[in-house]
Amino acid sequence: MYRVLFSRASRFVALMALLLVSTLPHFAHAQDKPYFVTYSQDLEEPGNLEIESKTALAQPNGGNRYGAYAAEFEYGAKAWWTTELYLDGQTTANESTIPTGFRWENRFRILMQEHLINPVLYVEFENISGADKTMLEVVGHDGQSDLASTNAEAREEHEHEGELKLILSSNVHDWNISENFIAEKNLGHDPWEFGYAVAASRPLATMYRDCTFCVQKLTAGVEAYGGLGDVWALTMRDTSHYIAPVVGWDLPGRSRLTFSPGFGLTDTSLDRVYRVGFAVEIPGFGRQLQEGIR
Amino acid sequence: MKRRISVALGCLSLVFALAAGGARASHWQNVPEKDHARANPMAGNPRAVAGGAAIYKGHCSHCHGADAMGNGKKAPSLKTESIRSATDGDLEWFLRQGDLRHGMPSWSSLPQAQRWQLVAYLRSIQQ
Ligand code: HEC
Repeated sequence: MYRVLFSRASRFVALMALLLVSTLPHFAHAQDKPYFVTYSQDLEEPGNLEIESKTALAQPNGGNRYGAYAAEFEYGAKAWWTTELYLDGQTTANESTIPTGFRWENRFRILMQEHLINPVLYVEFENISGADKTMLEVVGHDGQSDLASTNAEAREEHEHEGELKLILSSNVHDWNISENFIAEKNLGHDPWEFGYAVAASRPLATMYRDCTFCVQKLTAGVEAYGGLGDVWALTMRDTSHYIAPVVGWDLPGRSRLTFSPGFGLTDTSLDRVYRVGFAVEIPGFGRQLQEGIR
Repeated sequence: MKRRISVALGCLSLVFALAAGGARASHWQNVPEKDHARANPMAGNPRAVAGGAAIYKGHCSHCHGADAMGNGKKAPSLKTESIRSATDGDLEWFLRQGDLRHGMPSWSSLPQAQRWQLVAYLRSIQQ
């Protein structure tokens, strides 16, 4: 009975959402890449604010099922500088729902001209607890056992970390190919840890058309990411690695939906992690804010 | 003697005026020959223009204005002699590059076809 009610209700909600989506005004979205872990050279346009929610759903071996989410506020400070604030939290089944901290990151275009390979420097400070499960990067010997400890235990562990990434990215023949090299350091102790992320994607059709349910609005690709050990043991042993197809759908009203099922490739990795993202862009946010204050 | 000085000053100010004028047009001076000579495969195609208008509305109008007359601040009008003097190839190259130092984003992440749609649209609004 409940099941019938639930499925009817969810069908109704889905139908209403589809109707809403098809009546919203059409705007071209910034065609950001549908990656969850990898960064491309794309920066936020100056003055624009993008708000995105990123959710990761998984179940570690010997642990409870969880949903981890990050709310991301990304602002284009300059055409060559994007600054971003993340607020993280998670819900673990049979345990609790808790906030897990924040991250502040900055991305700088190193070269002002467009080249075959475009380097971007990424600098991040994070203040998160051991219970953070958003997995927005995988470094060192990160593995599913870290994700299996209970919230009560894990939230006691505080991580003040600095992270550097070198982002290399190319736009060639409508493909984007991006490689990230990650170095992360717990500011209190622990050695430098390393990781990588690589990705490629392409829009399914390249001509612009005003439509919602059409291939023109879809971008598909794949990303791979994992840990590379640390200064003490620069090795692939006991590290996690994932491969994840990604798909992005540009929706009306300057919004975008992204989805990615990720598959663990080693025993240390989670078997599977499902990610969903929803982003909305507010153009000219900086200007509106200035005018509001005046 | 006085005359010579004023001729020299005149020449000098002409050079500065040209240099200042050139600074606007200089976007196209940097375009590699190969890109400069490229023709827009979608030139004059009404569907390309309509698509270009939609891309313009989504990506460009909040800086350059819905009427492309500029925002009165940094983003200039796009209905100018400068645009009309550029080849299609110049415009496509410039959209790909942007001018990050001066606040114009790079549009290299748009598919090439959409940059040509934008160029077709920019051409269609020059009167
Ligand atoms: C964030 C604001 C912003 C956005 C968005 C933007 N522009 Fe610009 N654009 C600028 C600025 C600022 C300049 C002047 C750069 C300079 O002085 O070198 C400029 C310059 C230009 C020029 C060169 C004009 C000339 O005569 O030299 C063209 C062409 C242009 N933009 C087209 C576009 C198109 C097409 C789009 C959308 C795809 C776009 N711009 C989006 C800010 C923007």
